[in-house]
Amino acid sequence: MTPQPPARDAASVAAAHQADADAVHGDVSVDELELQSELSGADASATATPDVAAYALRLGDDALILSQRLGWWISRAPELEEDMALGNIALDLLGHARSLLHYAGTASGKTEDDLAYWRDEHEFRCAWLFQQPNGDFAHTIARGLIAAIWMQELYTALSRSTDASLAAIAAKSVKEVAYHRDHAVQWTLRLAGGTEESRRRLLVALTDTWPYTDELFRDDDLHDRLGDIAPRPSSLRAGFDEIWTAVLAEAEISEADFTNSKIGQSSGGGRHGHHSTHLGPLLAEMQVLARRHPGASW
Amino acid sequence: MSAAPVVDGLDSRASGGRLDQRAREAWRIAAAVTDPEVPVLTIEDLGVLRDVRMEGQTTVVTLTPTYSGCPAIDQMRDDVLLALTVEGFRDVRVDFTLSPAWTTDWMSDAGKAKLEAYGIAPPTHRAGERQGPIPLSLGVKCPRCGSLRTREVSRFGSTACKSHFECLACLEPFDHFKVH
Repeated sequence: MTPQPPARDAASVAAAHQADADAVHGDVSVDELELQSELSGADASATATPDVAAYALRLGDDALILSQRLGWWISRAPELEEDMALGNIALDLLGHARSLLHYAGTASGKTEDDLAYWRDEHEFRCAWLFQQPNGDFAHTIARGLIAAIWMQELYTALSRSTDASLAAIAAKSVKEVAYHRDHAVQWTLRLAGGTEESRRRLLVALTDTWPYTDELFRDDDLHDRLGDIAPRPSSLRAGFDEIWTAVLAEAEISEADFTNSKIGQSSGGGRHGHHSTHLGPLLAEMQVLARRHPGASW
Repeated sequence: MSAAPVVDGLDSRASGGRLDQRAREAWRIAAAVTDPEVPVLTIEDLGVLRDVRMEGQTTVVTLTPTYSGCPAIDQMRDDVLLALTVEGFRDVRVDFTLSPAWTTDWMSDAGKAKLEAYGIAPPTHRAGERQGPIPLSLGVKCPRCGSLRTREVSRFGSTACKSHFECLACLEPFDHFKVH
C-alpha cells in the first residue's frame, strides 16, 4: 500500500494560500479601511443648498440619461471605432452625472446611486432631448450634436459660477464635451455630404430631434433665485445659434430643410418632472438591477 | 503652465512645499503606485497624485481623475490605500479633487518617455495650444518606427485618454495619449 498524500481539498488549499498571503502582506484588509467612494468638486466637504441641489440634479439627469441611451450602442454601432467613440462619450457623461448627482445629494443626505436608481420617473429632471430614442445612427448624431453644442455653452458659462463645486465640475466637463461636439460635427458633415441616403436620413433625424431644442433654453424661477451661481438658460442661446448656424452652413443644410410650420417646438416639461413616453422604459432597464438586488456590488 | 519644479523627486507644485518627513515618506510610497490601464506610468508620472499631507495621525492623499468617467481612479485609490497600509500607515484617507482640472501638462517628461518606450505615442504639445481661430494639429510620431506619416483613425481609443492611430510607414496601429 502506497502512502497517501495529505488531503488537498479546496478549503485547505485556500487556507494555505491565505497563510502565504498573510506572510507577505500582513493583515491588510481593504474592507476595514474607510473609503470615500464618491468624486467631489473643489471642496470635498461642500454641501449644496436646496436650490443648487435642484439645479445640479437637472444637469446630472441630462448627463445620466444621455449616457444610458448611448450605452445601448455598445456592440451595435456601425463600426468598431464608433462603438468605442459612443462608449467613451457615454463614459464621460456618466462621470459628469456622478459628480453632479453626488453634489446634488449632499443637500438631502443621498448618494449618487440613491438618486440614479431609487427615484421614480416623475422625480427625474432631465430635458426631453436626452430621453429621445436612439433611432438610427443619424438620430443619435442629431441628438448628440444639439446636446454637445448646448453642453459646451453651458459648461463654459458655468465654469465661472460663484459656486466653487459647480465651477470645478463644469471646468472639468467642458474639456470632454469639446470632443463630443467635434465627434457630432464631423459625423453631421459626413452624413450630409455622403450619399443621398445618408443625407436624407440626417434630415429626417434633424426634423425629429430639433423640436426638443427650445426646452434647453427656458428660464424659470429656479434661475431667478440662483443669480450668479448659474447662467440663465436663455443667455446660452446666442452662442448655441452661432455654432449651430456654422455647422449647418458647412453641411449645406438650411433650416427650412428640417423645420416647418406644422412641427413647432415641444412644450417639454422635463425640468418639472413631466416626461415623454420614452423615459419610463429607459428607467426600467437602467434601474432593474439595483432594485432587484439592493446593495449589490462587485 | 510652466514646467513643474521637481525637488528630490517630489513635485513641489502639487505638494505646495508643505511636506514634513512623514508626509514625504507617504508621498514616496503613493508615488510608486501605477496606473492600472497604462502600467508603465506611476500616478506621479501621470500627474494624478496631487497632494499628500498629515492631518494629525491621518495621512491624507489627494488624487485627481484624468477624465471624469475614468474607472481607473477607483483602482488607484484602492492601490494607494493598500500601499500605504502595507508600509505601516494605519489611518489613511484618499480624497478626490476636480480642481484645477487635470491636463496632459501634468504628465512628467519621464512619464512621456516611458509611454513612448511602451508603444504609446505621448502627448505632442501643451494643452490649449490648439485652441484659437486656426487650430494647429502637430504630427504624431509612430512609437514603433518613428515615422511622422501617421493618421488618426479615431479620436476615441481603448481608454478615454487615448486616441487611435495608424502608421502609414510601418502599417502598425498604435495608441496616442491625446493632448487634453
